[in-house]
Amino acid sequence: MELLAFGKTGWGDELFYATLMTIAVSVTAMLIGFFFALIFTPLKLSKYKSLNLIGIFYTTVIRGVPELLVIYLFFFGGSGAIMYVASIFGYFEYIEINAFITGSMAIGIISGAYSTEVFRGAIQSIDKGQFEAAKVLGVSKFVQFYKIILPQMLRLAIPNLSNVWQITLKDTSLISVTGLVEIMRQSYVAAGSTRDPLFFYSFAAVLYLLLTYLSMKLINKLEARYSRGY
Amino acid sequence: MDFDLMFTSFPKLLSATLITLKLLSVSLIIGMFLGLFFAILRLNKNKIINKFAYGYSYVFRGTPLLVQIFIIYFGLGQIEYLRTTFLWEILKEPYWCAIIAFALNTGAYTSEILRSAFQTIKPGIIEAGKSLGISSKIIFYKIQIPIAIRQSLPAYGNEIILMMKGTSLASTVTLMDLTGVAKYIISTTFKPIEVFIVAGGIYLFMTFIIHNIIKYLEKKYSFQQ
Repeated sequence: MELLAFGKTGWGDELFYATLMTIAVSVTAMLIGFFFALIFTPLKLSKYKSLNLIGIFYTTVIRGVPELLVIYLFFFGGSGAIMYVASIFGYFEYIEINAFITGSMAIGIISGAYSTEVFRGAIQSIDKGQFEAAKVLGVSKFVQFYKIILPQMLRLAIPNLSNVWQITLKDTSLISVTGLVEIMRQSYVAAGSTRDPLFFYSFAAVLYLLLTYLSMKLINKLEARYSRGY
Repeated sequence: MDFDLMFTSFPKLLSATLITLKLLSVSLIIGMFLGLFFAILRLNKNKIINKFAYGYSYVFRGTPLLVQIFIIYFGLGQIEYLRTTFLWEILKEPYWCAIIAFALNTGAYTSEILRSAFQTIKPGIIEAGKSLGISSKIIFYKIQIPIAIRQSLPAYGNEIILMMKGTSLASTVTLMDLTGVAKYIISTTFKPIEVFIVAGGIYLFMTFIIHNIIKYLEKKYSFQQ
């Protein structure tokens, strides 16, 4: 137990901050994922073949390639890509991007592909009559989406989005290969310096279980809220 | 774009794909048995057995695969007693550690898939078997299991693809699978995009093949013939 003490003698405070980091990366990645879903869901539902293909390409490639490979692409290719863009604007110094941003971007793009599929499914399962009724009433496209489609869609999407959240949360453990100090990386460091890997990795597993358990509780509440009246 | 690098790295990545496929197939086979075993335990009326099976699937589905591999590869070696038993012959090999982790992980997901498939079997089918005087053992093996397997094919296909992606984590315990070799080439040449296209293409091709095999099986074993 003294291994988990707070302060200089134990790893308690380090692991606590690492857990906060895992939560921060997961939330950021999830939000980036929503942003990508916002762009690609309309593309996947588009009537135009070429736009459609872009959407299909994104979700198929990201969901068919291992997460670790995507992370390596961002880790090794991220700063190169940024420097290339900067060089167009006449900036030639070395740019190093923060591990948090690279990690969240990589996981966010993966999470976005899953979110896109969830939103697409949810929109497609809304009754066609809802769209037609809105049109007949002369509601603008913007109001139609935000006031009519979105609230109905969220109710259908929440159970599946909770799966995406679980996947995203677990995927953040892979960012440890880039050196960002989240639960997995901190356990690796602690295991290395105390020579007690069994304890620290088991403790990491407990932390992840705790996170998934608590988030499930929270999501169930949210689900009940959006299912009012059903 | 460095097309030369793409051409020269392709055979290296292709031979690494063999290791990926080996890891995938061995862990899927073990995982299938584990999954079936735990799915049957889940259907047991005994509360303790039931809870045990639920706990297994909950823990392995609630923690990242990376943690599971690290506990088995780095953690178990720490137990002095294990080092003296024959188990050590297996546990000192990263290859077998990865397979144990993958098999336990996919076993947890498979048990959930099979359990829900068993539960969707209409009671009428079992009753029909009983009224024909078929023993409950034969009902289980000849009626319930085949229906459950057919029922769970689509979900299991997804699980195979997820597991194929999961095998990439073997590279974190020094195995040179497709992702491991890809990372090695990236870190020696610093050409991430080219290597990503080739390695990603191989993974996508495998996804495509698995997807079509499952689709074929679904059609072959569909109820309406």
